[in-house]
Amino acid sequence: MIEVRNLHKTFGSGAKKVIAVDGVHFIARDGEITGLLGPNGAGKTTTLRCLYTLMQPDSGQVLVDGIDAATDPLAVRRALGVLPDARGLYKRLTARENIAYFGQLHGLDAATIRTRSDAAIRALEMDDIADRRTEGFSQGQRVKTAIARALVHDPKNVILDEPTNGLDVMATRAMRAFLKQLKSEGRCVLFSSHIMQEVAALCDRIVVIARGRVVADESPDALRAQTGEANLEDAFVKLIGTDEGLAA
Amino acid sequence: MNSAVIVFLKELRENLRDRRTVINTLVTGPLMGPLLFVVLINTMVSRELEKAEQPLKLPVIGAEHAPNLIDALKQQRFDIQPGPANAERAVREQDADVVLRIPADYAESWNKGEPAQVEIVFDESQRDAQSAVRRVQAAIDGYGQRTGAMRLLARGLSPSVMRPVVVAERDQSTPQSRSGTMFGILPYFFILGALIGGMALAIDTTAGERERQSLEPLLANPVPRGQILAGKLATTTAFSMTTVLLSMLAFSVASRFLPTEKLGMDLHIGMGFLFSGLFVMLPLAGLLAGLQTMVAAFAKSYREAQTWLGLLTFVPAIPTMLLTILPFKPLTWMYAVPLMGQQIALTRFLRGEVVTTQALVLCFVCTTLAALIVYVVTSRIYRSERLAISA
Repeated sequence: MIEVRNLHKTFGSGAKKVIAVDGVHFIARDGEITGLLGPNGAGKTTTLRCLYTLMQPDSGQVLVDGIDAATDPLAVRRALGVLPDARGLYKRLTARENIAYFGQLHGLDAATIRTRSDAAIRALEMDDIADRRTEGFSQGQRVKTAIARALVHDPKNVILDEPTNGLDVMATRAMRAFLKQLKSEGRCVLFSSHIMQEVAALCDRIVVIARGRVVADESPDALRAQTGEANLEDAFVKLIGTDEGLAA
Repeated sequence: MNSAVIVFLKELRENLRDRRTVINTLVTGPLMGPLLFVVLINTMVSRELEKAEQPLKLPVIGAEHAPNLIDALKQQRFDIQPGPANAERAVREQDADVVLRIPADYAESWNKGEPAQVEIVFDESQRDAQSAVRRVQAAIDGYGQRTGAMRLLARGLSPSVMRPVVVAERDQSTPQSRSGTMFGILPYFFILGALIGGMALAIDTTAGERERQSLEPLLANPVPRGQILAGKLATTTAFSMTTVLLSMLAFSVASRFLPTEKLGMDLHIGMGFLFSGLFVMLPLAGLLAGLQTMVAAFAKSYREAQTWLGLLTFVPAIPTMLLTILPFKPLTWMYAVPLMGQQIALTRFLRGEVVTTQALVLCFVCTTLAALIVYVVTSRIYRSERLAISA
């Protein structure tokens, strides 16, 4: 379970001051998929970066399985599987070596790394590329490898920043199926997106963010009811007050 | 397994698969210096030797005015040539190293017993001509002294009245120390080797990793950033020490192809030098790796990091130049200054001189301390939020 309480984060100072996150507050529960929905620049990535302790919030609290990210960042990172916005691989290592490196950094032994990698490679259907160097991988192959290495330690909580970004239709469908599988395994899945259909198709709960604030935190049905719009996309536009940054 | 070790092993494996890095570390870095050095020294030495052994061509203007002097010069293995029309111009345009001009009134002064003047025309700034000029001077001086002695004898005086003081030279330089002055630039090649060997790694593990977008996922792992940095620094240091070791081995082989014995010099790059040399270089390699990583971490891109590190390469040239231009007695405190300490210690090793254990330990400890300070500062930069974010 991931809890975010009244998160604030500001960059720069003086005239160049940018308030990226301004009081974000939500809970992502185990066995559910929570979608962080918002236009580009709404503060989704910054919020997620505060979650996996890459950044420190100016104020507010992040709790992962009850552990405070400010007091024990290492324990929080251990409890999280993260697919960040940046998902670069080591191109001179094979996919399997990329996965194993992160497994070792999580303190796993060689046998565990082996079984986990095999399972992930099967689940993500990447047998054909597992022992190839990642140089020249397609976008989809890169994302698969990045996910496999993010989940090698079998984390209870999974954070994905725009996971379908740059994927084609087939890869996107596979990704959605994979997220549902993670949910069925009882994990807490939190992902960000600016794509309406995706969030509607997957999420148990939608947290809508605009200009660094949470403007709605409901189930898809409740969201429709709250805004009085039958169509989720219209509901979304109404919530953020503009159709800027909205992609179908 | 310790996280720093995991990072170290992974960086090692990844970079050993990069052909460009490997060639830089194992071939270009260590071999460039020795190759350049052998070619340079060989050319220099063989030219010097050729001049000393061969008859020297000497253009003379007005040779007919002093046949005796000319005969004496011929006995000294000078090859007398007809002089050019304009001695000054011939020297300035490097058609001749030195020209001897004998004025028409030479014989007249000589016969009167007055000092007869001859002129030698040369260009002091022309290094290549210096040995020729010295040979001409010595030959004419010798002729003058012999003639003077004969004149004194003819008047019944001992020639020794003309020489109330005699200088006897006692040169204290040893074959090793003479090679030392010539090879004073060698330590710079080793320090340069350390910088070249670590450069690709320092960039790849920081600015490169950020640009390839793999730093953010890496930092999402439950490992303190200080340990990740330690692993990366260890890899950079390992590569740069490999370059230094190979460079020393290459010089050791190269020194066998140098005609040092012809110059009465002795250069020992043997096992002893290897051990003590690597001992003083190890903390310096760590320090330089830390500095390179710090600079690369500040840089916004791979290209910017390359530019800055290129400039950093010139920094160790400063103590080398100072030590070459201003020769001074090495004092103990100098061993405590990183770069300078290594420079002095390596130079003394090459000259076959003793460096006290105390000085060696001082050099090692102080450079290690400096390396630790750089590590602490770099890990502070590493902890900053700005570091991981590429865009």
